[in-house]
Amino acid sequence: MQIRRILIANRGEIAARVIRTCRHLGIETVLAASEADRDSVPAGLANRTVCIGPPRPTDSYLKVGTLVQAALGVQADAIHPGYGFLSESPALARACEQQGITFIGPTATQIEAVGDKLRARAEAQAAGVPVVPGGAVESVDAAIALAGQIGTPVLVKAVGGGGGRGMKRVDRLEDLRHALELAASEAGAAFGDARVYLERFVTSGRHVEVQILGDGQGEVIHLGERDCSVQRRYQKVIEETPAPGLAEEFCAGLHAAAVRFARRLAYRGAGTVEFLVDVQRHQFYFLEMNARIQVEHPVTEAVTGVDLVAEQIAIAAGAGLRLAQSEVRRRGCAMECRVNAEDPSRDFQPSPGVVREVHWPAGPGVRVDTHIASGSRIPPFYDSLMAKIIVQGADRTSTLAKMQGVIGEARVSGVATNLAFHAAVLADPEFQAGGVDTGFLTRFLERNPLAPQAVVHG
Amino acid sequence: MSLTAKDVAEITRLLEESSFDELYLEMDGLKLSLRRGAAASLQPGATLVPPTAPPGPPATPSPSPPVLSPVAPAGAASAGAAPAAAAATPPTAPPADPNSVNVPAPLLGTFYRAPKPGAPPFVEIGAKVEADTIIGIIEVMKLMNTVRAGVRGVVTEILGRDGALVEYGETLMRVGKSD
Repeated sequence: MQIRRILIANRGEIAARVIRTCRHLGIETVLAASEADRDSVPAGLANRTVCIGPPRPTDSYLKVGTLVQAALGVQADAIHPGYGFLSESPALARACEQQGITFIGPTATQIEAVGDKLRARAEAQAAGVPVVPGGAVESVDAAIALAGQIGTPVLVKAVGGGGGRGMKRVDRLEDLRHALELAASEAGAAFGDARVYLERFVTSGRHVEVQILGDGQGEVIHLGERDCSVQRRYQKVIEETPAPGLAEEFCAGLHAAAVRFARRLAYRGAGTVEFLVDVQRHQFYFLEMNARIQVEHPVTEAVTGVDLVAEQIAIAAGAGLRLAQSEVRRRGCAMECRVNAEDPSRDFQPSPGVVREVHWPAGPGVRVDTHIASGSRIPPFYDSLMAKIIVQGADRTSTLAKMQGVIGEARVSGVATNLAFHAAVLADPEFQAGGVDTGFLTRFLERNPLAPQAVVHG
Repeated sequence: MSLTAKDVAEITRLLEESSFDELYLEMDGLKLSLRRGAAASLQPGATLVPPTAPPGPPATPSPSPPVLSPVAPAGAASAGAAPAAAAATPPTAPPADPNSVNVPAPLLGTFYRAPKPGAPPFVEIGAKVEADTIIGIIEVMKLMNTVRAGVRGVVTEILGRDGALVEYGETLMRVGKSD
């Protein structure tokens, strides 16, 4: 089946990024934009823009029926959901299946399988992939018994959560009852699913994930790992590949586990299997699978030379996997910094507004994925991601040095950004040594209180 | 040399006042094609096509340049957007006179002027409407949403085409206010 026209059901940098690949492939694009994004950079890149509703995501980007109707109305063959919004919505995938529109992503059933974190845990176990000690709990008493077994601290996690949402850390068994009740009611409100489960809280863990591609028939390849341990409140800030300091055999084990998991689901499209690496025990555990393209995918693209969005489209069009595992070669290192419109000195408060002047870096081995140009608006309705700066180099030392130079070149005025914060993190000895755990940024912020940042105007 | 949204609006007005149904304009770097819709009124949208665009839809792996051919079905109401210029043009053209009010589409979907196929339209030009008068239906995935005039007056222009995709906020009709 040929895909000639794609409806882009997203906004921001990922919309621009997907449209660019479509342009390279000669595929037409129609951007489904909210009222706030009608004049955005992606709207200028797309062949056409249709306005799907008011700015609030619930009135536009999260409306399944509207997006499917828009795809039908502009005669699009396929919908690309990007990340966030409806990218992991079984309802959108299913509506597409019913309307004969190609959903560029996994099947609705696969999205459901990985979206239910308990089910995903069970699938991982069945695939011989280690999971964090823990499990489902039927009652508070059962939970206390289980927590006693696995040891505190424990995490109470929402079955419908993910990406850091719907998690509570419990340090003392006597607090468990309250945490369970709170977590269940919050999960019910946020995800429409009040089920929660317990997991051991790994004190010193690294977040390492594996990029995979599946043809939907059971063939799966991996494109190496990404270390995303530099996180603040479970939000990734800096990502890199390869994961620093991990032995080759250890990483090979991770890759193989990710492939086993995805094979078991006969996964279709691009996906990421996330692992928690227990630094002390030198073990890894399955965390979750993300059934979509991820924000940090360019890190993998930089070292493999594979356009993951092009592969997503090819798989959706039925072309299957266009490269064999042996053809995936990774060269050197890559690193990504997420530039956000936020003020680190004010507890990273978002800083929406109009970007007066912007200068993004360029040069060999430098890539900037962005939807922000001089004069762009950053609406208050969406996340604050402005740009992803990705650099590639021969080894970690040169890649890190390049990133420091490149971050120094970037200039943004009109809104607060975390550029100076990135510069400080990149210069930190612990980060420079490599292999930090997910507690790193908290420690970093404790020893480096942030001075109030002046917003550059004009 | 490029066309601004204002230029397109001016050309549109010239076509509207003429006795022609279609207009093709080719300039260095741009191709503009305007076509009257099925309704007597002119569509506010225009399609900008670079002259280098190959005629047919391109094959998936072809290295050909990006194609900016019209992606809307012929005569669809909104603008097929080539880089920036047309994308910035909202589908809501300003009302012709200050006493006229645009009736916008409250949501994206398929616009129907009549309650069912073959039935007479809810309103025609010249119809008197109250704020709660039904002027059409917008279908979103088999769900029919009633569209009301939202203003009291007389329908002076009907822009939304029966059975066509309308965007959120797109002008469906214009109503001359009466107090």
